[in-house]
Amino acid sequence: MENHKQLVIIGGGPAGLAAAAAAKKAGLDDILILERDSQLGGILNQCIHNGFGLHTFKEELTGPEYASRFIDQVNELEIPYRLNSMVLDVDKDKNVTYVSSEDGLQTINADAIVLAMGCRERPRGALSIPGTRPAGIYSAGTAQKLTNIDGEMPGREVVILGSGDIGLIMARRMTLEGAKVHVVAELMPYSGGLKRNIVQCLDDYDIPLKLSHTVTNIKGRERVESVTIAEVDENRKPIPGTEIEYPCDTLLLSCGLIPENELSKEADVEISRITNGPVVNESLETNVPGIFACGNVLHVHDLVDFVSQEAAKAGEVAARYVLEGIPESEHEIDIKTGGLVRYTVPFKVDPNRMDENTIVRFRVGNVLKGGFVNVYVDGERKIHKKRMIMAPGEMEDIVLRKEWITPETKEILVETEAA
Amino acid sequence: MEKFDVLIAGGGVTGAAIAWQLARLDLKVALLEKEEDISEGTTKANSGIVHAGYDAMPGTLKARLNVRGNEMIHEMADVLNFDFNNTGSLVICFDEEHRPALEELYQRGLSNHVPGLRIVEKEELHEMEPELSDQAVCALYAPTAGVVDPFTLAISMAENAADNGVEFFFNTPVETIEKTETGWLVNGEFETKLFVNAAGLEADDLHNMVCEEKIHIRPRRGEYFLFDKDAGKMASHVLFQQPTAAGKGVLITPTAHGNLMIGPTADFTETKEDINTTAEGLAQVREKASMTIDHLPFNQVITSFAGLRAVPEGGDFIIGENADGFIDAAGIESPGLTSAPAIGEMVAEIIISKLHPGPNENYKPERRGFVNVNDLSREEWKVLIEQDPAYGQMVCRCEKVTEGSIKDACSRSIPARSLDGVKRRVRAGMGRCQSGFCSPRTMEIISETLNIPFDEVTKSTKGSKIITGRNKEDIQ
Repeated sequence: MENHKQLVIIGGGPAGLAAAAAAKKAGLDDILILERDSQLGGILNQCIHNGFGLHTFKEELTGPEYASRFIDQVNELEIPYRLNSMVLDVDKDKNVTYVSSEDGLQTINADAIVLAMGCRERPRGALSIPGTRPAGIYSAGTAQKLTNIDGEMPGREVVILGSGDIGLIMARRMTLEGAKVHVVAELMPYSGGLKRNIVQCLDDYDIPLKLSHTVTNIKGRERVESVTIAEVDENRKPIPGTEIEYPCDTLLLSCGLIPENELSKEADVEISRITNGPVVNESLETNVPGIFACGNVLHVHDLVDFVSQEAAKAGEVAARYVLEGIPESEHEIDIKTGGLVRYTVPFKVDPNRMDENTIVRFRVGNVLKGGFVNVYVDGERKIHKKRMIMAPGEMEDIVLRKEWITPETKEILVETEAA
Repeated sequence: MEKFDVLIAGGGVTGAAIAWQLARLDLKVALLEKEEDISEGTTKANSGIVHAGYDAMPGTLKARLNVRGNEMIHEMADVLNFDFNNTGSLVICFDEEHRPALEELYQRGLSNHVPGLRIVEKEELHEMEPELSDQAVCALYAPTAGVVDPFTLAISMAENAADNGVEFFFNTPVETIEKTETGWLVNGEFETKLFVNAAGLEADDLHNMVCEEKIHIRPRRGEYFLFDKDAGKMASHVLFQQPTAAGKGVLITPTAHGNLMIGPTADFTETKEDINTTAEGLAQVREKASMTIDHLPFNQVITSFAGLRAVPEGGDFIIGENADGFIDAAGIESPGLTSAPAIGEMVAEIIISKLHPGPNENYKPERRGFVNVNDLSREEWKVLIEQDPAYGQMVCRCEKVTEGSIKDACSRSIPARSLDGVKRRVRAGMGRCQSGFCSPRTMEIISETLNIPFDEVTKSTKGSKIITGRNKEDIQ
């Protein structure tokens, strides 16, 4: 193996694939995708439900179908990739070390890196749920892998904690495969998933969603025997007397996704405490020049279409960085957040490096009905858009126009305003 | 009918240590364990501390065996290749008023012959532990204390015993013990000259089946939090709180693998099955630990768990021949883990005095450790992959555990047979995602290596199957 590449992309899921294709189309030849699994496509391979690609391809695809569109592109563009290849270390000089059975240990120096490692699920342990620790407690994604890839049922009588999208999808899947899903409990007073998933995965199958509820006990020595859920108060503390014990053999957890940034941290990439992903500018570039980030490692998305879109941008800028160089940022303006806006990606923009239009994605911290999204540049309102409903489970976006921003601009504010 | 010289009941750290000591003698020895692996009871859920030995009252078995066990663990670690880190410990005093009691502890340590003890004052203490709360005024420093991986300590001793001829019978609870002319008949199928009771929480049941004078073991639960390795650097010694009238306090410690752990509580439970955590217990650990370090990163907790101590009524370990040919190693609560090798030695001495065996001429003291690629240099790892490409195939991404290590764990004289068995040996699934990604692949490797059907693979015990059936099987 040669020890230098113009661009190394870490992760061959939807983000890595789209970034690779875009970089190649932008004229970059010397690219390598490193994928730890035995095939490209990432977590899409186990998402056999449909609903992918409505924005990108204007049709409803399953996860594997959506992935294969990008895998085909990567193959047509003859972009090299290594499978079963786990990246162990990335440093700020852009040396990437990976291991695989075939290649052994390899270190590649890259001109640019795209971080596309995706995210992981929050485990039971992180939630400190009291009770025993028997078999039958799985993250929704693990259950999805067992059911959809291996064809094996991880349980028969199921309680689900958390209403993240994977949990909702698995409520339907487990039902279709012959299990009984008794209830989905959600700690917050609103769902963490998409509205369409609540309708199509719970309502259509008469599976109750209990908001402001959590698991307060798990019983069973060898296998789960029962799960107790209780209502919580406004401080998210269980209210005594509201407990209901569900006899069951399985508890699935869908309690949030955490971007996997252990490698990013080793390369001194600055990580946001809100997104748990890298702090990036308008070019999706991290604080380390030449290291870019996209997809769920940057911030957790709801729709893969937006991952692909974001990743294509990262790939394209990475190509430009290698081929032409992009000017070092001279004047980065932080995007401030107001109202219910928790964060924005990008976190900051440099007017000299902005495209004509920059998509700014964000999430809100609570449900807001009939409110507005406002964008102010130095106190002047540039955007004032009504939204029927905004919710933490649905990512929002606005378009920031280059013409509004000059090197003299001091402040950009993205905020929500109540109706 | 199988005939043995010695039958050990219990495959926790105590039973494993006894088997390990007896393996060097020319004896026919077997160990019966009710679960399907070593270290399934108290050994799997405790603090993993190698205590220095200042705590127990001079003259007790606890005092003597703790200091001896500590010495042995220092020597054994490189022969049996388990994970041990000689961190040293600090008993922290938070109030000048309590200083005399700390001095007393220091004196007790001297009486127990604990080496290297000294009191460290505030400035030095905070240099040793920069994250420590400002309230800490001084501490008793014990340089010989440390942290050990309790699973591999027990497993490595058991494996060495098995490699040297001790037979292990799993899923074999002791149900009956009958007196015979030459010794004991166990479960109607094992005949033995001597019976060793190392049954942990159930040791009183076995003892009381045979002995005149009854003993009583009470289960006392301890609950813990384990933090991500990112938080592991917050403490570099075992940090105890000085026991006061208000209670024994909780400890904060780096683990043998560099995580941070806090706990335990100490609550008597009704049954010996109450290994559940509780909201109250976890809240208590959280609150008490914050006295030692007031900014613990609770958002980096990766798991919480509970274990049961086997608390003897009299306070001291119960070790000795308490009926003819019936030897107890019972009531092994803290500092039981540290003391275990010394308990093994003590029980072996009793057995030698009874049976006068010669040495096992073929005894091999070394036990090969599991490969942890994190401990290898890049060059060493490269060579290993060339020899066996499975060591280049990553399975557990959080802890960096390769297929090679998992296969090895499933191929030993005492193989891992379950996800927890693999986890305790080579740490696949022990990391921050808590086996979310690697468990299906680990199940495949267990299934392939041990020739168990995929859907029969368990979490840790016979009834803990991961899979309940095939898709759509239950649809009419």
